[in-house]
Amino acid sequence: MKTTDDKLDGFKLINRDGGESVSFQRQYLLICAIMVLLMMIYMVRLWQLQVLQGELYRYQSENNRIRMEEIAAPRGIIFDRNGVPIVENRPAYHLVIIREDITDLDGTIRELARLCERNPDEFFSIIEANKSSPKFVPLRLASDLDRDCLARVEAQRIRLPGVEIELEPKREYKWNATAAHLIGYLSEITEAEIKSEKYRGYYPGEDIGKVGIESAFEKYLHGSRGGRQLEVDAAGRRVRLLEEHLPISGRNLWLTLDMELQKTAEALLEDKTGAIVAVDPTDGAVLAFACSPSFDQEKFVRGLNKDEWLALSKDPSHPLLNRGSGAAYPPGSTYKPFVALAALKEGAINAASNFTCPGYLQFGDRKYRCWKDHGHGSVNVERALIESCDVFFYQTGLKLGVDRLAQNVTAFGLGERTGIGLQGEHPGLIPTSLWKKQATGVPWQKGETISISIGQGFDLVTPLQMAMAYSAIANNGKLWQPYVVKRIEGSSANEIDEISPRLKRKISIEQPWFDLVKKGLAGVVEEPRGTGHLIRNPFVQIAGKTGTAQVVHVAQGANRKLLEKLTNSKDRDHAWFVGYAPASDARICVAAIVEHGGHGASVAAPMVQKVILAYLKNTEKPLKE
Amino acid sequence: MDRRLIENFDWSIIWALLAIICIGLLSIYSALYTQIQARPTNNLFIRQILWLVLGFVVMGCSLFVNYQRLRSLSPWLYGFVLLLLMVVLAIGKEVHGSKRWLELGGFQFQPSEFMKVVIVIQLAGYFSSQEVTNFPGIKKLFLPLSLVVLPVLLVLAEPDLGTAISLMAIATTMIFFVGVRWKYIAALALTVIPLILPVWEHVLKPYQKRRVLILLSPDLDPLGAGYHIRQSKIAIGSGMLWGKGFLNGTQNKLHFLPEKHTDFIFSVWAEEWGFVGCAVLILLFCLLIFLTLRVAARSRDRFGSLVVVGMSALILWQAFINIGMVIGVLPVVGITLPFVSYGGSSLVTLCLAIGLIENVSMRRYVFQTR
Repeated sequence: MKTTDDKLDGFKLINRDGGESVSFQRQYLLICAIMVLLMMIYMVRLWQLQVLQGELYRYQSENNRIRMEEIAAPRGIIFDRNGVPIVENRPAYHLVIIREDITDLDGTIRELARLCERNPDEFFSIIEANKSSPKFVPLRLASDLDRDCLARVEAQRIRLPGVEIELEPKREYKWNATAAHLIGYLSEITEAEIKSEKYRGYYPGEDIGKVGIESAFEKYLHGSRGGRQLEVDAAGRRVRLLEEHLPISGRNLWLTLDMELQKTAEALLEDKTGAIVAVDPTDGAVLAFACSPSFDQEKFVRGLNKDEWLALSKDPSHPLLNRGSGAAYPPGSTYKPFVALAALKEGAINAASNFTCPGYLQFGDRKYRCWKDHGHGSVNVERALIESCDVFFYQTGLKLGVDRLAQNVTAFGLGERTGIGLQGEHPGLIPTSLWKKQATGVPWQKGETISISIGQGFDLVTPLQMAMAYSAIANNGKLWQPYVVKRIEGSSANEIDEISPRLKRKISIEQPWFDLVKKGLAGVVEEPRGTGHLIRNPFVQIAGKTGTAQVVHVAQGANRKLLEKLTNSKDRDHAWFVGYAPASDARICVAAIVEHGGHGASVAAPMVQKVILAYLKNTEKPLKE
Repeated sequence: MDRRLIENFDWSIIWALLAIICIGLLSIYSALYTQIQARPTNNLFIRQILWLVLGFVVMGCSLFVNYQRLRSLSPWLYGFVLLLLMVVLAIGKEVHGSKRWLELGGFQFQPSEFMKVVIVIQLAGYFSSQEVTNFPGIKKLFLPLSLVVLPVLLVLAEPDLGTAISLMAIATTMIFFVGVRWKYIAALALTVIPLILPVWEHVLKPYQKRRVLILLSPDLDPLGAGYHIRQSKIAIGSGMLWGKGFLNGTQNKLHFLPEKHTDFIFSVWAEEWGFVGCAVLILLFCLLIFLTLRVAARSRDRFGSLVVVGMSALILWQAFINIGMVIGVLPVVGITLPFVSYGGSSLVTLCLAIGLIENVSMRRYVFQTR
């Protein structure tokens, strides 16, 4: 089809191929139709914006005073197991100015400085630093005003246009410094963190959990911030709310911690350096987690200055160190039950095996002493535990060998992180011959087996590991993963996640061996010659083991330099006691260590007794003799 | 040069184009007024004029090469620009979290812009080859689809959602122009639609969902995208019927408008020239598209008309998506307004597109063997 006048016939393809011309023609028409349709829609929309609503927008543009406000999300609250709030939020009031609304900036600043009793130069330097940001952006001059200052500013605000008080929820530690290492604290997000995947969606200036539960459960506690668009008048006062997007509060945490017990434990540690960890041996729930010395969490909320931070981090008593799970100590004699169980399981000894203790063991040209100079005479495993005979365990260790010992002891979770989920957890150390060869290049010495058999030498454990391992003895071989948070609660009732206990492993040791060792541990307290007899009481039968970790004494036989490097401490004589009660059906297991405390029996054991009694007297089961 | 070549040069396209460019320069001048006052000799307005000169030079040069020669050249061009897109991802300059620019002798350019033209030529070449008929079968559609998907993925990785959408819009228009069988459309709909819900529920992460939702409804982010859209609407609406007058836009001057010389340039124009100005600009765009489509319709061969249709689609979709997002009827995706927004690579690319359209127009009666 040849056209005579293509101007009239613009949309026909001039082509020899008639069929194609027809089929393309429809497409041209379609594109033109779509274009005209879009044009009409846009025209209608523009008519609506510019003509029908034009007056409104003209007015808004002439008084363009749309403010943006951020609404911070309240962080989740942390409760103890009984619903006692441990960490809450309180309102903090910040002094904010919007420069665009201020006619006399200089006068306003001077007036504000007078009201807040601050140096005006301090405010001027903040304004100077933000000179390039738009004038309608709110500028914070002072954070967390005290009540008096707030009242004075609030009273004068009517004659100070452009001055605002910003409300923000701040963290409040109800029992400041209590369980501080477990709960942790907040501090402002750093520039590097804001870029990381973990903190996607965070804004500069927000607070994040830095250690402890505040950090480990950051994603639940944090919530997400909201915002609003406001229309304000010439003085910056709110006229109308244009748009609001409410914040989502963080989720609340219910801990397994018993606040009463926690306070009892911390009172016992007052003026001492050490830790007490109490757990429920039936499921691994952490009941108390006390570290001493502690630190002031509120200081972190207010913001530490450089000097305060230096003072805190350089303090020789290391108040920021989490001694419950972040520091490892030689276990001393508290290690002996595990040596006994390992030897019984491997057949190195049996219930009737006897060793004679003359007060020392001669090995090569060196004498390894028992703590009792005159010796214990002939002892079996039960008696050796009760009286804490070193020589018996020297002999047992030598028969067992370092690697068989390590293999069975690590089954109790010693030498590995418990998985409580707190950052900086110390894995401890249970040495093997391979480990020593790799770490030092020197082969394992037999004498070192003697040291580690009584929990000295290279052995390192954390109080939390000990509490879990003794729980595993008490409950006949169930090693639980310790947990602190039992419930994560949302804003609505159906948003509750219960956290169930997690069994790490079932330790494969026959029941008779557990019974035998448990009998020995009960004897420690029950028997008049038991090392822990001091804490025997008429209310409940406690089973446990004393320990006195003599770091320096042992170091003579071991590699002193390496040891010092590993423990990073020159302290000596750590006092230990780890025990559970009631002995037959344990419901609480407590590990206590006092650095530089002296003897486990006289220092640590009474602490454990008091914690156990404080806990059991609150439970409904009647206590019996 | 053949006299008929000059006879068939379509001057009406150039007039419409110049009108739009004038509007663009007025708007940029107004948007950058404070900058121009501060630095009269070195500012983005001067740069835009330099880019414009370069654009016209490119346009002029493109007239001399017979567009038929592009057919054999296009795979090389396509491969080269694809390579540039990879280079951008590797060593590109990062601005505001996305890598889009390459720097060459002090000038920065975006390879993704050139991909828009190259993909048109490549697809036109493919669809005009002997073995491809109208309403091609599924096997014949596989190659062109992969030709599009590859650059789209590279551009998305930069990330540059706006350009990716432009590329897909251009390609879709061309494929529809050649014809798509109803059963393919039905099959696509039947596979994609049931997948939307499961993907939304299980594959997307919460922050990704939120980003999509904010894209669709900026009110969800009143401090970010929502604020921009509100300010843009105030700017446009406050223009009323006749506008506030040149250089009198308060929204613009007081910096309430975001990206005002690029993505939101239409708001600047709308505030100062009102509904009347907006209508003129939109009609000019319609006229330009209509005129270019007329060239396509008159073209003497399949390749030529497909090239022109692709170039028209490039201008059409960018213009309508940009205006749509600025007036708040489409999500904000970061597409500039052709010939009006500031941006060198985009301007040069668009001038090249017009040049190729004129190229086809000029040679519609010249006999040539295929």
